[in-house]
Amino acid sequence: MTAGLRDTATSSSAATNPAPHGLPRLLSATGQPMDLGAHLQVHGPIHYRGGPRMLINTLQSAGLTGRGGAAFPTHRKFTAVANQKGTPVVVGNGAEGEPASDKDKTLLWSCPHLVLDGLQLAAEAVGARKVYLYVHRDPKLEARLEVALAQRDAAGIDRLSVTLVGAPHRFLAGEASALTNRVEGGPALPRFAPPRTFERGVNGAPTLVQNVETLAHIALISRHGASWFREVGTGAEPGSMITTVRLANGGGGVAETAIGTPIGELLELGTQPARAVLVGGYHGAWLSPQQARTLTLSNADLRPLGAAVGAGVLAALPPDRCGVVESARVIRYLALESAGQCGPCLNGLPLIAASMGQLANLRSVPSARGDLHRWSKLVERRGACHHPDGTVRFLRSALTVFAEEVALHETGRCSAGTYEPFLPVPDTSPDHKDDWS
Amino acid sequence: MITGTAFWYASRATGVVSLVLFSLVAILGILVNRQGRLPGLPRFAVTGLHRNLSLLTVAFLGMHIVTAIVDGYAKIPWLSTVVPFTSGYERFWIGLGTVAIDLFAALIITSLLRHRIKASIWRGIHWLAYVSYPVVVVHALGASKDLRSGWLLALTMATVFAVITAIGYRVLKAVAAVPRPGRVPEQLVAADQTRADRTWTNKIGSLR
Amino acid sequence: MSERLRVNPILCTGHGLCAELFPEQIDLDDWGYPLLADQPVPEALRPLARRAVSDCPALALKLIADPR
Repeated sequence: MTAGLRDTATSSSAATNPAPHGLPRLLSATGQPMDLGAHLQVHGPIHYRGGPRMLINTLQSAGLTGRGGAAFPTHRKFTAVANQKGTPVVVGNGAEGEPASDKDKTLLWSCPHLVLDGLQLAAEAVGARKVYLYVHRDPKLEARLEVALAQRDAAGIDRLSVTLVGAPHRFLAGEASALTNRVEGGPALPRFAPPRTFERGVNGAPTLVQNVETLAHIALISRHGASWFREVGTGAEPGSMITTVRLANGGGGVAETAIGTPIGELLELGTQPARAVLVGGYHGAWLSPQQARTLTLSNADLRPLGAAVGAGVLAALPPDRCGVVESARVIRYLALESAGQCGPCLNGLPLIAASMGQLANLRSVPSARGDLHRWSKLVERRGACHHPDGTVRFLRSALTVFAEEVALHETGRCSAGTYEPFLPVPDTSPDHKDDWS
Repeated sequence: MITGTAFWYASRATGVVSLVLFSLVAILGILVNRQGRLPGLPRFAVTGLHRNLSLLTVAFLGMHIVTAIVDGYAKIPWLSTVVPFTSGYERFWIGLGTVAIDLFAALIITSLLRHRIKASIWRGIHWLAYVSYPVVVVHALGASKDLRSGWLLALTMATVFAVITAIGYRVLKAVAAVPRPGRVPEQLVAADQTRADRTWTNKIGSLR
Repeated sequence: MSERLRVNPILCTGHGLCAELFPEQIDLDDWGYPLLADQPVPEALRPLARRAVSDCPALALKLIADPR
């Protein structure tokens, strides 16, 4: 068994299947969900490294960043957790509280074994002894995962048994400290940091939280190495990512893409004109079609414009929809999704939502712009989590990209052809009282 | 020469004062919790009064205890200061007083150390204040006949009434300012009903 | 060693004492929650800051070492 510092795919003990070149890598090429047999046939057995930390160097060479939205360098997170005192815990994060995103659910449904491999490998790398998989609560999905875990158990693949934990259908359920609370048995409400989750998380242990897609990439990197991982993507942002794409004509879906692919291509902007493009989900940002056509799906292109790749959500707003109405609907949802624990967020977000609602309904008051600006500044960075920050980012991008429409609404007119909702927004009536646990 | 009778009277007198002070401290504590204001006073005065009066209460309580024990007549042992129901004299009523001392000590000590101990521990122990109050009142009514008639009875009734009113106020305002998940939907409803005429008061301004 | 104020927004319930006791660096927003100045606490003002920390009924305010 080689000492794991060498980036090699041909370690003596495990037979390795040939590396998939091109795409897809994670998602199944046939489109069929893969059970354990199919998984072993396509990817080969799990490639344990033989000790803690060995995987981390490979991850560094590979340049893998988190696929949960923050794009944090994975090797740094692993190192931070491994360096803490105390035995770490690993949690695979498949909560996917973002309504516009389906990639994690799809991955878990279709290729659970890549995620589960990644979970075991991550645990080995940081020296963890407890492993959890946190998933968007859904009886069918959970049952399927239980079956997958049982298969692995029978085959003796997993070194640590995995505890499945259901996440409530809340936007903030996937936030790291909310996840910690939920895994501990409480409600999925965020906590104030310090201490950060990697320092003190589940039951006080240093906790490694990784998005399920990141874990799947780890499973493949472990088999095929860092150079393989870099065959796709850009130099600064290597690899593939799974995106949830909503085309203007209503088509789209979940697809695996190389980072750095032009957004215009992904959203077919050439053949399907759009009024605007949303990148990164409901804490992301709107772009004008002109901007979108010049950019690639990469943080290098998006960050200078105040946007980010996030969790790979891309939506092209059809020309007959009103951006102000869509945004107001989303912001109202975001206001209802506040944990309500921090005064500024609890008070500010509903006011912002109400004001945007008035604007959308052509009943805006003259002070609205000033109000929105004021409240935005009052909620930013004043919560325990980044919910108010993300909401304000979304709001500001909407007011910028839809500036003309905003002006139109202020005169009592709207240019929409239809008010049929485009972006998926769960129940936004104040009666909606979904549980946090 | 100070006679036993003088100590005994001193104990009863400081006992009454302690009771009144404790009632005030409890009412102020409830006011702090509900973010209430005293007319003409800044917010920090409510908190400050609550704390300072509680320390004054400790002083009077101390005198009440010492004078009771030093007085030769009842022969209450020093042990009874901390161990309940060990006094030969009026074992039950004095015992209740001791229980109150123990609870009070927990309240004071944890409050003095509140920045060094876990917030949840401090909060949990502070809830014992609601337990200690009835214990104090029952001790006061039972340990001597003073409060059972005349103006002292009226005084006792008045303080009990005031505390009960304050507790009622706390219970009724239970859903007040504390941010919590349950308040999110109602905030949205309230915001929807906000009209254009919004005057925000900078809270500092209300000091002047 | 430089120090600055930090508030735990979850523990904070908007009592507002801190702004009364340390108006030099603490203001209140529209809803009574503290707005902290984004700067370290000067030596001369430390006693005021410490008093604000000590008097907060919710134990939400802290004086921490300024990493910057």
